[in-house]
Amino acid sequence: MFAAFDNFPALLIWLPLIGGLISFFIKDERSVKAWAMLSSLLTLALFAVSLLYTDDKNYILNSVSYVWLPELGSSFSLLLDGMSRILCLLTAIAFPLIFASTYSNSYKKANAFYGLMLLTQCGLMGVFLSVDALVFYFFWELALIPAYFLASQWGGEKRVQAAFKFFIYTFAGSLFLLIGIIYVYLKTPEQSFSLVSFYNVQLSAPEQMWLFWMFFVAFAIKMPIFPFHTWQPDVYEQSPTAVTMVLSGIMVKMGLFAAIRWLLPIFPDAVKHYDNVVIGLAVVGMLYASCIALVQDDLKRLIAYSSIAHIGLMAASLFTINQLSMQGALIQMFNHGVNIIGLWIVVYLIEKQTGIRKISQLGGLAQKAPTLAILLVVIALANIALPLTNAFVGEFMMFAGLYKFSAWYAAAAGLSIILAAIYTLNMVKNVFYGNLNAITAGFKDIVLHERVVLVMIVVMIFIVGVYPEPMFNMIRSASELVIGKFIK
Amino acid sequence: MNAIILSAVWGVVMMYTGIVMKNKSSVKYVAILGVLLLIVANWLEFAGTSFFAIDTKGMLAFGTFGLLFNTVAFVSTLIFFLLSGSDFEQVGKNPADYFALIFFVLCGVAIVSSFQSLLLLFIGIEIISIPLYILAGADKRNLKSNEASLKYFLMGSFSTGLMLMGITLLYGGTGTFYLSGMNLGGVAMTPMVALGIVLMMISMAFKASAAPFHFWTPDVYDGSPTVFTSFMATVVKAAVFIGFIRLFEGGFGKMQTSWQLLAAIITATTLVIGNVTAVFQQSVKRMLAYSSIAQAGFMMLAIFALNNTGKQGLLLYTAAYSLATIGMFAVLIKMKDYTFDGFNGLAKHEPVLAVTSTIFLLSLAGIPLTAGFFSKYFMLVSAMKTGQMFWLVILGIICAAISVYYYFRVIQSMYFKDAEQAPSVEVSSGFKTMLVITAAIVIILGIKPGLLLNLMSI
Repeated sequence: MFAAFDNFPALLIWLPLIGGLISFFIKDERSVKAWAMLSSLLTLALFAVSLLYTDDKNYILNSVSYVWLPELGSSFSLLLDGMSRILCLLTAIAFPLIFASTYSNSYKKANAFYGLMLLTQCGLMGVFLSVDALVFYFFWELALIPAYFLASQWGGEKRVQAAFKFFIYTFAGSLFLLIGIIYVYLKTPEQSFSLVSFYNVQLSAPEQMWLFWMFFVAFAIKMPIFPFHTWQPDVYEQSPTAVTMVLSGIMVKMGLFAAIRWLLPIFPDAVKHYDNVVIGLAVVGMLYASCIALVQDDLKRLIAYSSIAHIGLMAASLFTINQLSMQGALIQMFNHGVNIIGLWIVVYLIEKQTGIRKISQLGGLAQKAPTLAILLVVIALANIALPLTNAFVGEFMMFAGLYKFSAWYAAAAGLSIILAAIYTLNMVKNVFYGNLNAITAGFKDIVLHERVVLVMIVVMIFIVGVYPEPMFNMIRSASELVIGKFIK
Repeated sequence: MNAIILSAVWGVVMMYTGIVMKNKSSVKYVAILGVLLLIVANWLEFAGTSFFAIDTKGMLAFGTFGLLFNTVAFVSTLIFFLLSGSDFEQVGKNPADYFALIFFVLCGVAIVSSFQSLLLLFIGIEIISIPLYILAGADKRNLKSNEASLKYFLMGSFSTGLMLMGITLLYGGTGTFYLSGMNLGGVAMTPMVALGIVLMMISMAFKASAAPFHFWTPDVYDGSPTVFTSFMATVVKAAVFIGFIRLFEGGFGKMQTSWQLLAAIITATTLVIGNVTAVFQQSVKRMLAYSSIAQAGFMMLAIFALNNTGKQGLLLYTAAYSLATIGMFAVLIKMKDYTFDGFNGLAKHEPVLAVTSTIFLLSLAGIPLTAGFFSKYFMLVSAMKTGQMFWLVILGIICAAISVYYYFRVIQSMYFKDAEQAPSVEVSSGFKTMLVITAAIVIILGIKPGLLLNLMSI
């Protein structure tokens, strides 16, 4: 089963896995930090190389299938196609950024921390790359285990309960997913778990109706969509910020990605049947989360609710089954990951110096830290999707698609964007402008490596905002494949 | 046949070692040698070499399934001896006798995995049970141990009585003790046969501690010396399930439709009662007792489904469950305090123990990459393949989700809570190595279950 090292998808999984396992044995904190950084940079470099070989001629380099459980009809199959490429890109970029921005932070048992972080990266890569339902399920769970340990071992006071709630929620959801997968597997004529067999399986309409919910619940908990979101603010607040970045930047994308790859094309009838329910839930969740974000005083909780709203928009536009909004959502998955990690880094930098996250207790930071303020404003503007920023591209397309589906939903979702502008700009105003107080008077501007990280994020925001074409090329065929399932 | 005779003989050998050998700790090595010989002898029979040509008149048949299960049981016993063999001395004065009794139980296990006649099933079950009554009461001065032994004996005899009654009725109804000769399903069912089957199911459920016949389990498991609880809850329970499925597949398989609902009800109650009650336990030992009921509920799914997937899965399940539970109990024995709080801060002081226990608990909870995942997977697939009573599958996964709660409580104590004083655990490096090996087997089976399952098709 151990795939050979001659193709990109396998390497993208093995590199972080091996890097993570080695980390556990490096006792010295400084060395393990350097090692984790190096390992994540190697993964990124590998991914960059893979971008040179994306055309069809090099298909063999981007796909792999090894015998794993022939008796069960499952093989260790991975595929680096457009859809998985964009999320692997996010995963590959995010980890070096996270490690770099928190480089000066010191953790108890640093070797375990960095080991688990890299194992999470391995699990995430696996989720995005696998094209075999059983392998997908394996990675789906495996990404969760290290994240659970990370969230409960390091972080705030109530972390153990919060992380446990998160674990139980997602585990229960994935068990339903497992039943759904087994049912579809038994329905395939050749008794196979491969994605192709799943796409070709014939399911009657009533079967699709309940199978849809089996899959959807698991994905909806992960995203999370209202009303399955209750685990999320607590976990984001209680986890150490580096872990929050992983959870909110990448892990929530697992749900959205899985919906595109494993839900929409397999149960097209059910998706058509339940589209109003799902989009309705998503839109309600957007408004609800935005309203709660308005009154949050804790920076982390504010960003957590803001994230629920953004994810809601992506989920809603996926279910409109529309070329435009599907591509918008795919691009936005990447952009949202970059932007929210940027926001978390700012929160982390503020908390590191002042020790507080309460908006009401902060103020006037811009006077003391002009660089941080400028960079934050750009990221905040990207968070509310101003033109020229990356999020504008994605959100514009998603709204266009949503409007085609129903103007009412688009209007309601638009309201939440206005609310997003209110709470984001309010946050910027209260934290960075106004008068200095005793806590913020001694604030210092950010140091070099922090600056480098934030500048890189801002650069990405502008590049994708101005020239998104390469990304569209990356995802076009994937979205066409999914939409094609709905055109009979 | 090799295993049956060798285990009985080695039981006698063990009794004499107690007299001959003055050094108590070396008794353990004789026992380990015995299990190794058993594994080899059983494997030779699997490969086609039988040492004994005894005509059993077709009352015993040594098929692949039974012999493979023997291997699972013997390997589990070997690991059990290696991990917990030294703790036999803590229980009482005569460790050699305890080893002897365990070899007699193994003899019963080998009979139950190969019986073809109801009489042999009865004898096998009794050979398993009687040594266990003694082992349960081995800690003579402890009242709880005495109570456990008496309770086990009374409840055990009661269910044996039911089994005998069932066998009698089946004999009356069909005129034979042989599974193959009963020809049930070929002819119309008479009330006598129906009652016989129901009694057989109840008595087997008793032995397997399936609800609603599980009441003896928590008290007996809790009261018995922890070393022997480990053995009772794993190898013995697994053997009962193998007997269960052999009986119902070989004897009553053709009339599955008439008893399937009963099996489904037992499965459902076992799952719910085991999992829900385990949540409320304060002691890890008692939690593991209820967890064993809960796991029995999952194994019952194979009886309910009675297809090839279920049979394969049951074999894997017994292996996965036995290894993880033996490992968990081995760690538990070393602890002074059996409550959840007793595990606080273990990860800090004994990281190896904490990591391996975590792997065992993850396996029991059925998380992928551990053997526990595939065993649960096979159970669910086999139940779904029947195409009936889908609610049972849904109930199963809900219970699996509940089980995460109590297994993870231990993990939380070990990793995320600090102890007021360091838990005083003294373990040798050999013990740690053995734990790591056991955990490695759990993971290897979780990655490649085919290593065990492919043997079935030889």
